[in-house]
Amino acid sequence: MKRAYLDHAAATPVRPEVLEAMLPFFVERFGNPSAVYDLGSEIKAVMEEQRGKVARLIGARPEEIIFTSSGAEANNLAIKGLSLANFLKRGRHLIVSAIEHHSVLNSARFLEKFFDFEVTFLPVDRYGRVDPERLQKALTPATVMVSIGHGSNEIGTLQEIPELVAVCRAAGVPFHTDAVATVGQVPVEVKELDVDLLTISGPALGAPKGIGALYFRNKLRLVPQLNGGIQENGRRGGTENIPGLVGLGVAAELARHELAAKAPYLADLRDLLVQGIQKLVPDVICTGHPERRLPGHASFCVEGIEGEALLFMLSRQGIYANTGSACASKALKTSPVLAAIGIRPDLAQGSIVFTLARETREEEIHYVLERLPEAVAKLRSFSPVWRKKMAAAGGQG
Amino acid sequence: MRFLNECKADATADLVYRACPMHLLEPMELMKDLKHGEVLEILTDYDGALEDIPAWCAKHGQEFLGICEDACDDCYKLYIKKQS
Repeated sequence: MKRAYLDHAAATPVRPEVLEAMLPFFVERFGNPSAVYDLGSEIKAVMEEQRGKVARLIGARPEEIIFTSSGAEANNLAIKGLSLANFLKRGRHLIVSAIEHHSVLNSARFLEKFFDFEVTFLPVDRYGRVDPERLQKALTPATVMVSIGHGSNEIGTLQEIPELVAVCRAAGVPFHTDAVATVGQVPVEVKELDVDLLTISGPALGAPKGIGALYFRNKLRLVPQLNGGIQENGRRGGTENIPGLVGLGVAAELARHELAAKAPYLADLRDLLVQGIQKLVPDVICTGHPERRLPGHASFCVEGIEGEALLFMLSRQGIYANTGSACASKALKTSPVLAAIGIRPDLAQGSIVFTLARETREEEIHYVLERLPEAVAKLRSFSPVWRKKMAAAGGQG
Repeated sequence: MRFLNECKADATADLVYRACPMHLLEPMELMKDLKHGEVLEILTDYDGALEDIPAWCAKHGQEFLGICEDACDDCYKLYIKKQS
């Protein structure tokens, strides 16, 4: 059976070069980097080398990188760690956008519930962008930090981060961005973005699951969220995941070298998919910004169907995609992101998201375009909502 | 404990919220870069540092100058003068 795997934002294969570099660190080079003898100090040197590679990818200094277990942990450390370090001086007000990843939204809600913070969930426009003026109006003297993601894994929109940072900078408020969706997809330079904290995920770069990193501007204080020893210079307890961070280091180097060619390659495939779907499937809307979007991301709402049912039907033909939201996917709730950009609840149920990677081939796109129209037509033929719509429109369908 | 009126330093180690014993490890590293007579300022929220740092200075032949009481909302400020 033919196959088209277009759910790379959910999981992507570990690159062979990455796996090869990791393997010696499971058995032969197993030392603990905190140990004082040579088996440990040589691992510590390897770890610092990887920290440098991750830093180089985003134009940071090695000492500004903290290794974590995931992008979600990095988001937790950024938001809870920075807010708790500064709320006595600044206050208990936090701003996040309404379309953030759950690790951002729920970190904010944690502070609201257990530390009496007030959280502003900033609305977005129909493309998912935050208006700098609206951000400015939301800032108060008590605002301890702002967190707005660089790119949305659900609708693909890229945020104009420097404009948003400028607003915060003028008010002396630190800014965090979740860049899990963008690092390795588009150029990400912390100096250009001017952010104070930035989240990276290993798997998004072709490193294994279980590794991530947080960039923090040197000298920022963070309250550790994993209490332990002196690992990560006393900012994150727990023995470091050496094979994982070696994988991340190698993946970061590869991403740095490949980015210039990868982004246009992905954008061409994405455009082929978007144009094909718009041509072949009636009553479909594209979500997110039409131009300022991730190159390897195509997202739609298909009228008259359930996205879950479409995913299931496509997967039986070897086509793998996503609905874009864990809420919508598992609990059949309306995606908060689609609600925030003003998509009607019935239309939001028909969400489908394709995420591409450098492994994606043009044949996979053609295969999706071959099978998707038929799958949508079949599901619509079972749909009372769709039949009703067709009857009202004049009978076809 | 000696309280200082004047708190000037040539370098600062900010260890606020960092796990113990970073309040000893990082100053040890920074002291290597200081010249004889220069002063290191240590910022820490760890109560144990008030005992550990003077003890470390005594053991390693450095001069513990004291602590400064000026505004530091959430931390102690300790001062060491490099002797060797």
